[in-house]
Parts: sequence; structure tokens; C-alpha cells
Amino acid sequence: MVVAKQKKKATNGAAASAKPEKKIAVQKKVIAKKVDAIVPVAPKKVVKVVKKKQQAETPKKTKKAAKPNDEEDEEEELPEDLKDFKKAASAGKLFDSDDDMGDEEEDDDEIGIKEGPLGSDDEDDEDDIDMDDDFGSDEDEDDDEGEDSEEDEEGLPIEKKTKKLDKKMAKIAAEGEEELQLNITGADRFELPTVEEVEEEIQTAPNLTSMKQRIQDVIQVLGDFKNRRQEGKSRSDYIEVLTKDLCSYYGYNEYLMNKFQQIFPAGAELLEFLEANDQPRPVTIRTNTLKTRRGELAKSLINRGMNVDPAAKWTKVGLVVYDTQVPVGATPEYLAGHYMIQGLCSLLPVMALAPQPGERVLDMAAAPGGKTSHVAALMKNSGVLFANDPSKERCTAVIGNLHRLGVNCSIVSSLDGREYAKIMPQGFDRILLDAPCSGTGVIWKDQSVKTSRDSQDVQKRHTLQRELILSAIDALDANSPTGGYLVYSTCSVLVEENEAVVNYALQKRHCKLVPTGLDIGVEGFTKFREYRFHPTLSLTRRYYPHVHNIDGFFVAKIKKMSNTKNPKPEQAGDKKEGETDETDDKKKKQKKEKKNGKKGEKTKKNGGEAMEVDGEEGGEKKDDDSTTASKQRSLKKKKNADKNQRKGEVAREDDGFNTKGEVRYEPKQKFKHKKVNRRLLARTSAKAMKKKRRKVMTKGYSGATTSD
Amino acid sequence: MRPLTEEEQQSVFGKLAKYIGDNVTHLIERADGDYVFRLHKERVYYCSENLLKMAACISRDLLLSFGTCLGKFTKSRKFLLHITALDYIAPYAKCRIWLKPNAEQQFLYGNNVLKSGVLRMSEGADRAEGVVVYSSTDTPLGFGVTAKGTSDTKRSDPTALVLLHQADLGEYLRKEETLT
Repeated sequence: MVVAKQKKKATNGAAASAKPEKKIAVQKKVIAKKVDAIVPVAPKKVVKVVKKKQQAETPKKTKKAAKPNDEEDEEEELPEDLKDFKKAASAGKLFDSDDDMGDEEEDDDEIGIKEGPLGSDDEDDEDDIDMDDDFGSDEDEDDDEGEDSEEDEEGLPIEKKTKKLDKKMAKIAAEGEEELQLNITGADRFELPTVEEVEEEIQTAPNLTSMKQRIQDVIQVLGDFKNRRQEGKSRSDYIEVLTKDLCSYYGYNEYLMNKFQQIFPAGAELLEFLEANDQPRPVTIRTNTLKTRRGELAKSLINRGMNVDPAAKWTKVGLVVYDTQVPVGATPEYLAGHYMIQGLCSLLPVMALAPQPGERVLDMAAAPGGKTSHVAALMKNSGVLFANDPSKERCTAVIGNLHRLGVNCSIVSSLDGREYAKIMPQGFDRILLDAPCSGTGVIWKDQSVKTSRDSQDVQKRHTLQRELILSAIDALDANSPTGGYLVYSTCSVLVEENEAVVNYALQKRHCKLVPTGLDIGVEGFTKFREYRFHPTLSLTRRYYPHVHNIDGFFVAKIKKMSNTKNPKPEQAGDKKEGETDETDDKKKKQKKEKKNGKKGEKTKKNGGEAMEVDGEEGGEKKDDDSTTASKQRSLKKKKNADKNQRKGEVAREDDGFNTKGEVRYEPKQKFKHKKVNRRLLARTSAKAMKKKRRKVMTKGYSGATTSD
Repeated sequence: MRPLTEEEQQSVFGKLAKYIGDNVTHLIERADGDYVFRLHKERVYYCSENLLKMAACISRDLLLSFGTCLGKFTKSRKFLLHITALDYIAPYAKCRIWLKPNAEQQFLYGNNVLKSGVLRMSEGADRAEGVVVYSSTDTPLGFGVTAKGTSDTKRSDPTALVLLHQADLGEYLRKEETLT
């Protein structure tokens, strides 16, 4: 009977919900029939009502969400009902008056209606709108419970109920899966918006979540482009949209984003890298082995209240600080010089350098002194350590740190790094060059790098790096018994500043790459886009924040083979095809001749560049030994002009990979006085104007004009 | 960079002797090589001779520091000993004083030490004697000058001033620019 009535209500739907009186009457009847078993169910239904009311307020989009919610509620509901039922059954009473009271009160609180069943009726009606089945199931539940309560039996009816519930749950699960399938197939084809649309969206109303979603979609499409692409859209369209989205989501400028896309072609890795750039790396410290040992230091720091642990298995001096109650840079141990705060990546170049006690070592860019003091610690305060930094202000930090850490064997200077090749040529056993770079590996420390780097910036830096690495190699002593090593490192991931500079050094000087001796790290690029580097570049090491959890870094170890400035012929990678022994002979002959002495050396240095000219020259020279002095001068002038022009062209093309590139020499602009036309001068010069004015004035006085 | 003159030597060694007494000879004549004192830009540096020869290659205004800086000469030619000299003074110190943990922090901030902060003190110290300050864990913290002799300190009340601060490790943070 109850079933029939409730079904009628279902059909009426909205109409029924508008008549509270009728409801109350009905519910009273329902209460009469169902004794107390309703109670365990009611609170659940109350919750459902509230939820549904909230859903009704939210936009239509959530209608789909509503359905799963319903299903979830239902699933939650049923087992709990069962639990309650089982509990009650086990306790020996199906009906607990106290519980009822409590639940009814709950109902009151939540809906503001006094009787529990009222809530259930509302729910039933709303159920009708969404899913008839659920309504039916509720009905069944109520009926079952009602029947059970009436019959007051245990065992079999409960078993029946469990079976029904199981079936119900299975049905709901199946429906859920079906829906999921529908959803997936529905969103199969990702619709790519045009670049203009994307730009507009970014400028007017950037929506981060939709951007993120679009980024992931595009990356997914690019992952299997053939099958997942949209008709009519090319790969570059997708990549453009991706670039724009990434730039605005993470806050980069387009130049940097393009560079990163070239280094990380796979979209997923690029995302990881960008995410890692926004998160800080853990705080790490290095124990100063001149004053203490790692174990002792760890003990005393833990006593102070810092939580430290050995940082990595490849280092014996590194400690990572998880959390601390005291400031890391102000403990008495820090002041006593027992440790130095530095990133783990800073340990790597010094480990690669491996300075021996008693050697002469130079650190060309020493500030703030972390790596320098590490070198001194490895040398055990013997030998000589030059710590150089071009900026005097930052040198005070170096001096302070060296004194604090107890280093006596150091000399601190503030020269330009390029000067060391001139004051102490071939004077060092080992050199550490931690070159100034664009800082793309430590973006988390300085977010401004994201927007302030562009091609001019990077070009300036890699030009400086090339000069520095060459002067560093010149300052090395190739014949030293224990050394002749240069370690070049940067905190950048860009290829122009790393592999390209090392490649340039290999071509310009007689040196070779040796294994760094570091266990961790990714091998450096031997080929990048259309550029090809020397194959030994695979001995260099790269580090990424998303792979190793240290700053982006690059380390290369170079050994100087001989003290001559010229690269060995086999080393020079840019020999022209036509070069044969003949030209070499020609070179030698030219060398002998006085006037071509300098030119000969230059040709050797510049590789194939000036070869042609010298070839011509050589030819001419051979033919006509007795050219007049003036002729020789004019020939020289021409040759120099050609060379300068070619230099200019080359320098302009310098994109970091053109390793032939020379430093551009811009001659001072001579100020030429322009010769003005005499007649024009007469008309417009100040003198002439003065004369004219005087004439007019005198005329005006003498000859009365009618202009008054 | 030049060697010290007679007067300068007097003042430097006199100051050092205040803290380490006759052990100054240990600094001047060492078994493991010749160590020298040099004056460069009003600061006194202590280093070995080979280091000195290397440092001579660099021009005067670009050379900033070599070896260890012991201290500097003021405008009125008095010699001030810096905290950077602690590594050489601490092993040869004549009088030492150990501080309690609470007083350590105070001393590292640059304050003087009261009797309540003193853990123990070496015997036979007079008034106005150079003392090296140690923490309870036996790490040198700095140096100072006694306000009273050891016997007087024993008798005085807990709030009496015992040690006048001269230099402490905290200066590495506070006075980083002026240390050099």
C-alpha cells in the first residue's frame, strides 16, 4: 500500500512537493506503519537533501556531477544502513528508542522539519527528477525495513536484503563505468584554439585551470601526434599554443621558453622542469674538514635543534637540513667556521677539480667563497690558492668566509679574470672557473630571470665566457707534474653557455676533455639541433632540478696538452675541405717572409678563415717577389679591409654555436666634419644672417616703410 | 706591502704578548717554514714566505688579502687585534675563561660577561689581562680583557662585570665589511 502511494507521488513530482499539508498527512501514516527502523536511514537522507539543495543552486554544469554524487551517496548510504541494521540486530534490538530521538533531533537541525519522514519524501520527489531507479530502491529499502520491523524477524530477511544491496551496488558501479566511458569518448578529440584566441584570452581573462588543462591536452596530443591530431592543424600550431600557454602560466618570456623547448623536446619533461623551477631546493651545508668532521658536526647541530642528515651518497662532506629551530647561518658552529652554507651543486666542480696538497690553484670567480674554501679544505691549507673576483664588494664576503673557515693559504685579489693570463701565464696547476652565466639553472632563487633574459643578454655572457675560458687555459701550466686541469662550470642549462663554450675552447687551444670523475649527472650534448660538437663532449656532466633535486648545473674538466697557443691541426674542427699540405707549405714560406710573418701566425689561429686570402697572397708573392713598397702597402690595406669585413659578418651571425666567431672589433667612429655648400652657407650661416639683419634694420630706419 | 717597522713590530708583538705571552716566538719562528708579518693598506697580514712571493705578482690596489689578517693600525697608530687572529692566539693562550651556554649568546652579541656567566677561569690572572674566551664545548669564541683578577672574581657577587669584550665570532656577521 505504501509502495503504491509513494509511486503516485513519484508521478506527481513537483506538484506533490508544493503541498506540505498533504505530505504531513501522508507521513503521519507512514510513521504509523514504520515503527523505528526508519531512523537509521533518515539522517542519511537528510544529508542528501541538503546536498541536493546546494546542487540546485550551483550552475547546470554540475548536473553531471550530481549524478555521480547521487551514486556515491547511495553507495555510502546502503552499506551504512546495513551496518546500522546489523548493529541493531546483533545488539538484540531492532529499535532503539534513544537513537530514534537523537536522529529525529538531527533531522530537525538539518532541515527544520520536525519529522524525519518528511525529509525522505522530499528526497523521493527529487529522486524522481534524477533517477527513477534510485527512487525505487529507496522505496524498496523502506519497504523492507518496514516489513522487517513489522515482522520483527532476523536472519533470512537480512540475507535477502544484503543480496539486494549487492545487486544494487553492482548495478550502480556498472552504470558509473558506462558513464565514464561516455565521458572519455566524448572528450577524445581535443579542440585546438587558434593562437589569436589564446592570446586574447590571456590578455583579457586568464583562467589558470583551463590553461593548465589545455597545456596537458596539447602535450598529450603531441605525444602521439599522428593519431590524436585535429584535422587541419599543423604541429607548429600546437606548439605555438603550447608556448603561449606555458609562458603565461609560469611567467616566462618567449625567448627563454623557446630555449627550454629546444632542450626538453618532450613536453612532459619540460613541464616537470618548469614546475621544479618554482620550488625551492633543500638547504644544504658543507662541513669544513679543516676544523671538524661530518659526524661530530651533525651531533652538535642536532643538539642545537637542527634536523640534519647526510645529503647524498656521492659526498662525504654534505649535510642536508630538513628543518631547524635556530637560524642556520648564526649558530656558534657556523661562526666558528665548522660549516659553510652552499648548494649541493657547488660541491661538484670542486670534486671534479680534485686539487692536491701543495699545488697552485686559481679560482677565477670566487665570490662568495664557498667553492674556494672547499678547494682549500681539500688542499689541507698547503700550497697556494688564489681567490679572485672582479667585483670588490663581493670580495669582502670571500675574505670574511676564508678567515672564518680557517684558510691561511689564500691570496684574495680583485682582478678581471682575463688578466691572469697576462700576469701569470702558465703559472697554475689547476684552475676553477665558475663562469658568470644567465642563471637559468637557479630560477627558483631569482624569479626575475624568467622575464629578463633575452638573446642580447645571453650573447654578451657567452662572449665573456669564451674569453674567460681561453685566458684560463692560457694561465694553466701544461707541464706541471700533477696538474694542467681546468674545470669549467656554470649554473645554467642553456647549451650556448655550456657545450658551445667548451667546444670553442677545444678548437682554439691545444687541450682535451677528460672524465670529471662525478658519479651522478646526465651526459652533455654532443649534438644539439643542427649543431655538432666534438664527440668527447659526452664526458661533461649536466644536472637538472627535476632529475637530481639540485640546481641546474654544468661541469666540464679540461686538460691542457701543451703550452703553445695554437690548437693542434687535428683538434681544429673547422678546417676547410680544400686544405692540403700545399697550403701548409705555403704558410711556412710566408712565415719566412718578413712582411707576412704576422699573417702566417694569424692564419694558424683563425683556422680556415683567412686561408683564401693568404692563398691569393702567397700566389702573388710567389710570382712577383720584387713588388714595390707602395704596391705591397695597398695590397695589405685591401687584405685587411676584406678581413675586417668578414670578421664583421661572422660576428653578426654569432648565435653562440658559431665557434669560429671572433670577438668583434669595432673601430672608433671618426668624426668627420661635413663640408657645407658655400652658397648654402652664405644663405643660412649665422654670420650671413647677422649681416642681412643689420642691412634690413638700417634700411628700415632710413627708408620709411608702409608696414607701420 | 712592506715589512713592519720597528715601532709597528713593537706594538703588534706587544698586543699579541698580552694574550699569548712569550709564545709569540712560536709565531715568529716556526718549524714548518718561514712565516712573516707584512703591512698592506694599514693591515697586518701573517703568512708564509712562498705565499708572499706569489702575492707580490699582483698589483697593490688589486691585492685585497693574503694569508691571515691579524689586525689593523688605526689613524693614531694603535694596533687593534681582529677576531680573524683567533686561530693563532687560541692554541697559545695564557689565560682562558669558559662560559656557560646562556652567557655564550650574550658574548657573541658583543656584550661583556658577568660573573654569573662564568663556568671556570684559569688561575693566576691579574686585572687587565688578555684572556681567550671558550664555550662550554671548548670551542674558542673570542677574546677579551679581565676586569678583575681571578681571586677578586671568586669573591665578587654574581652581577659583577668580569670580562670586557674585545672581539668575538659574531663579528663575522656584524662587521663583515670592516673586517676587510
